[in-house]
Amino acid sequence: MSTDRIVGIDLGTTNSLVAFMQGDSPVVIPGEDGLNLVPSVVALDERDQIIVGSAARKYLIETPERSVYSIKRLMGRGLEDVQEELQLFPFRLARDLQAGEVLRITLGNKTFTPPEIAAFILRQLKRNAERFFNAPVTKAVITVPAYFNDAQRQATKDAGRIAGLEVLRLVNEPTAASLAYGLDKKQNGIVAVYDLGGGTFDISILKLHDGIFEVIATNGDTHLGGDDIDNLLIRIAIDDVRGDANLDISRNSEAVATIRKAVIEAKIALSSQSATELDIELPQGKRYQREITREQFEQLIQPIIDRTVGPCKQALKDAGLKPQQIDEVVLVGGSTRIPKVRALVEELFQRKPHTDLNPDEVVALGAAVQANILGGGSEATENMLLLDVTPLSLGIEVAGGVTDKIILRNSTIPASATQYYTTQIDGQANVAIHVLQGERELAKDCRSLARFDLKGIPPMTAGMPRIEVKFLIDANGILHVSAREQRSGKESEIEVQPSYGLTDDQVESMILDSFDYAEEDFRQRQVIEARNEADTILAALEKGKKSPAWGQLTSDEKKKIAKFEKALFQVKAEGDHAAIRKAIDVLNQGTMRLAELMMDTAVSTALKGKNMDETDMGERSETGHPVARADFE
Amino acid sequence: MDLFMTIESNTSASPAEATASCWSCGTMRAVHYCSSCGKVQPPRPVDYFTFFGLPRKLNLDTALLEREFYELSRKLHPDLSARADKREQDWSLEQSSLLNDAYRTLKDAIKRTEYLLRLEGVELEEQSKAATEKARAAGEIKKQVVPPDLLEEVFELNTQLEELRAQKKLGEDDPALIEEIGTQKLELEQKYESLSGELKKYWDEWDRLPDDAAEESRRKVRDKMVDLLNRRSYIRNLVWDVNEVLES
Repeated sequence: MSTDRIVGIDLGTTNSLVAFMQGDSPVVIPGEDGLNLVPSVVALDERDQIIVGSAARKYLIETPERSVYSIKRLMGRGLEDVQEELQLFPFRLARDLQAGEVLRITLGNKTFTPPEIAAFILRQLKRNAERFFNAPVTKAVITVPAYFNDAQRQATKDAGRIAGLEVLRLVNEPTAASLAYGLDKKQNGIVAVYDLGGGTFDISILKLHDGIFEVIATNGDTHLGGDDIDNLLIRIAIDDVRGDANLDISRNSEAVATIRKAVIEAKIALSSQSATELDIELPQGKRYQREITREQFEQLIQPIIDRTVGPCKQALKDAGLKPQQIDEVVLVGGSTRIPKVRALVEELFQRKPHTDLNPDEVVALGAAVQANILGGGSEATENMLLLDVTPLSLGIEVAGGVTDKIILRNSTIPASATQYYTTQIDGQANVAIHVLQGERELAKDCRSLARFDLKGIPPMTAGMPRIEVKFLIDANGILHVSAREQRSGKESEIEVQPSYGLTDDQVESMILDSFDYAEEDFRQRQVIEARNEADTILAALEKGKKSPAWGQLTSDEKKKIAKFEKALFQVKAEGDHAAIRKAIDVLNQGTMRLAELMMDTAVSTALKGKNMDETDMGERSETGHPVARADFE
Repeated sequence: MDLFMTIESNTSASPAEATASCWSCGTMRAVHYCSSCGKVQPPRPVDYFTFFGLPRKLNLDTALLEREFYELSRKLHPDLSARADKREQDWSLEQSSLLNDAYRTLKDAIKRTEYLLRLEGVELEEQSKAATEKARAAGEIKKQVVPPDLLEEVFELNTQLEELRAQKKLGEDDPALIEEIGTQKLELEQKYESLSGELKKYWDEWDRLPDDAAEESRRKVRDKMVDLLNRRSYIRNLVWDVNEVLES
């Protein structure tokens, strides 16, 4: 079980990472390309194979209709919610999509739900970790924006399951970042985490106290991030091109993708330069060139970054704090590299933000810390505990279309509320409950979470049954409902109709489907297992070389063994599991006599009356001769 | 959607048994967690005061409560039983949600008062969901009973607000009227502030009652607190109404 490593995963809108706790500090696990960041891009290549990450990026420009980015924006959302997204992003919805169905988007001629796409990314991260540890990885902590609602959280958990990961905990991104910060600083105080990523904005205010990370208030906007800045610049470029070159490229997906790549590079450049140039090749041999200064850029994006002010002020209000009472502001997310954003944060909180931690990696590092705590903790994390909150009020729809709030926002989780229901009609067997999330008064202005049907109420006169319904928000921020009719003591059966999610059956079938794409996983597992076998026989050979039996071999035999040993080392480094197994067999054959000799020595030693434990051979003989053991699978 | 009625809940209030033993190692006096082996114990349906081992008194050392909350969080949080079996994980989940609910309620002066009153069987007017639902179903706003000592003020203020609403519709707001309403609002806000001092007095009265006090004496103090809470919520709603008109 000690090899049962739990990893921490940041499943980001723009980039994803996987990390783990290495001794005292968390560390990001790089991909095969040696890079820490895995772009959250998924594409279908020419052979209909799934490509994830940096390798998939070129497909965004070459074959945009077979690739997708920023899938996080669609997680846990319904058709009505994503109308705005569809205007600004090249998501292609499946043509046969019905209202009320889970979203499906197309990649080439295949369709996938957002959790399935996210699962491809998670699977890539899983593989990276397994390659690094040379051992299977099945458990993870995954981060989500603090402001994610129940459906969005459930979708993330579903993605984990489809990818073959047991998601032990969903952690809020700002809270995870504070863990990384707190582990580093070990100071008590009030910390504000300002997290502006690719697609979401979160502000969380925490109290750090002797290892306890207590969230006091959280707020945010799940439709606000670097993507919005990119889209603004893209729109301007398209308008420019329409004006200057009299060319409407808005429907040309390759051209738009090219412009997107260029404006992102320009945006990044302007964080360190005062001016930069856009130089883009357009269709029809035309060219779009334009200089853009930091000043112009800042003017353009002001309305977008201003949208972060409202949530910050609300969070402070909910926390009952003034900006001066905040001891430290931590910046998270690539977009916080923009100087104007830093200036805004400095003005809001009346202090310079803390910029020591890498804003791209800090969330994954924090997730790794939490993974460590869940795995039993270590010296570094032994006093650490996260107390997070639910970001949105939970309510029930009551007569008149009004929301009755039963668990308020910023309540520490796990949290619960108990309600009592009865029937209106004699013999009524079902009671329907509509659960919502949000702060508004009217149910129609809140987010529908699910409809619960309490079934099997024992027949009684109207008003007699007393059904106790317990609403519990767990440590992941996900709702669970249980019900009991008190007079009969009967547990009510609850049927859940999630408003925007997959049912358990759907997830199960997706897990099965995903095995098609798991071919890669399987191949990798075979390589890992073959390498492990190779390590075992090589270690045994090392011991054998130190034994007296070694001296009894001819120099020819020793030379042969050395040759086979070298060959095995070589194939082990390469990726062909069949070749590795072949080399193992060859070495096995070559060391057969050595194994026999070692056996003889052990036997004769025993016959001489010596205690097996006193010889070098003692322990080994209990488990069988390792050199010979390789013969038995 | 099916119609249903809600019934106000009365959290069960059986006192914790002092002699429970740990299911895992057998140590006696294991309450939420075993002091000997640390294992989380199955949750018991106790009220929030009992959960923290506190008497049903209204004065409370919130600093001490916070320390106890952190202490118990470290023992009961689900994160710490992530590797235990499902049964223990479920107990952790229930215990820590009870802990959080209890802390949240007892930490806040008004919530603590309301909770105690509920335990004592009082149905607060503001909490009267049945009345609220009835009103909403009929398409009305629930009429809150006007606290008698505010009758005159409320009548006058409501008249003024009506007048201002009408004026605003025509775009002819009278600054003198606005100023007068502003002054009234300030008075109301001051009244609101002074209520916390008054509440503290009743807390002390309640806490002074002996455990075997007669129902009559308990009812007297309870009624005073109920009355105060009603006045408080009434004034708060009134100030909201004023702000709504002033800012429209």
